[in-house]
Amino acid sequence: MEINITINGSDHASDVEPRTLLVDHIRRTVGLTGTHVGCDTTSCGACTVLMDGNPVKACTVLAAQADGTEVTTVEGLKTADGLHPIQSAFTDDHGLQCGFCTPGMMLVGASLIAENADPSDDEVRWAISGNLCRCTGYINIVKAIQTAAARVAESSNGS
Amino acid sequence: MFPSRFDLVVAQSVGEAVEAKADAGEGGRFLAGGQSLIPMMKMRVAFPETLIDINRIAGLDAIERANGHLQVGALVRHADVVASDATFGAIAAAAPWVADPLVRNRGTMCGSVAHCDPEGDWNSVLLATGADVLAQGPNGERSIPIADFVDGAFTSTLGEDELVVGLRIPVPSGRSGGAYLKLERKVGDYATVAVACHLELDDSGAISAAGLALTSVNPINTKVADAEALLVGQQPSDELFAEAAELAATAAEPRDDVRGTAAWKRQVVRTYTKRGLAAAVQQAEGS
Repeated sequence: MEINITINGSDHASDVEPRTLLVDHIRRTVGLTGTHVGCDTTSCGACTVLMDGNPVKACTVLAAQADGTEVTTVEGLKTADGLHPIQSAFTDDHGLQCGFCTPGMMLVGASLIAENADPSDDEVRWAISGNLCRCTGYINIVKAIQTAAARVAESSNGS
Repeated sequence: MFPSRFDLVVAQSVGEAVEAKADAGEGGRFLAGGQSLIPMMKMRVAFPETLIDINRIAGLDAIERANGHLQVGALVRHADVVASDATFGAIAAAAPWVADPLVRNRGTMCGSVAHCDPEGDWNSVLLATGADVLAQGPNGERSIPIADFVDGAFTSTLGEDELVVGLRIPVPSGRSGGAYLKLERKVGDYATVAVACHLELDDSGAISAAGLALTSVNPINTKVADAEALLVGQQPSDELFAEAAELAATAAEPRDDVRGTAAWKRQVVRTYTKRGLAAAVQQAEGS
């Protein structure tokens, strides 16, 4: 079936089998491999993408269900000005170890700070509770998301 | 993993969806949030020949109060329930405990109810508060009381040709309160034990209506009718709640498994029932 998904601002029209999962479509057809497949059973969140701004597990959404939506993958975080604040904060605060969960963590973090300029520890932990880090590096992940929030707040105050 | 092949029908109206289901017969399944169905299809536990996607149908995404009821449309996501101001008591308490934040962005309350997973959260909550499931078939709409709807593990009394289009949950007119206490090993896991409580108080402060239901400790979500009957007409007290908790613990038939021993789970039922009823009455007295 014909679908058209706006991925990171670009239209991607394709003919897909109905059973194609969104994550496979993104990785194999579109060729963006920053979205990972971890557990493949809706548990780990490595496949997280934003669908119309909301984080979802792309292993549990059919590509056909994303027809007409706007999807953001980790590749879409970067802007013309450089890294997204969440990306530079993960770098600075060592918010990743092996990096496998990182795309999902950053997208959930970006989605959180878009709605909450100053999230508490509990709010960050609540937001990332559908994403697993097998390195168990949660402390720095939480810190990085809060750093990103503070930097975004600071730059919007300054401008 | 990926599902076996199927035909996808993207329905634009309830009528179209119901018609597509009639055409598809036994091999047809409705798809809403898909957070249970898609994993089952990937694991080839479910292999529908035709999937009828209802996500594009307009008008099914409202959660609102009307005529003394909370009405929940078939496309209301768990996250919408968390965010809604229209909810109350046990409904509001349970919503943040369903699955995890990402699953809540896709999964629907009605889908979860219709799925009848014996360890699902919503059916216990609805057994406690009371609710009608609204089903649309080729011959029109009918409403099914939740106690008659849940028929067994993954089994409801929904007709093969019917679609769950909404839920209608009575909103208490007087003072009321509710709670949903869930013990889970980690976010997104099934409950090890969960208890749904709903209480309404009359002008004298006595309990005028009570709802109590258990998750994950019986073959299906279980309403503890004898405890409910015990509570009604009484003034709330710790002794009364302890007595109700004993009835709940007796009604529970937990099994030893990776989540804990049966004896321990029964003790959690006892403790959570007492705490849940106390929280419900506290909320009711403050309302």
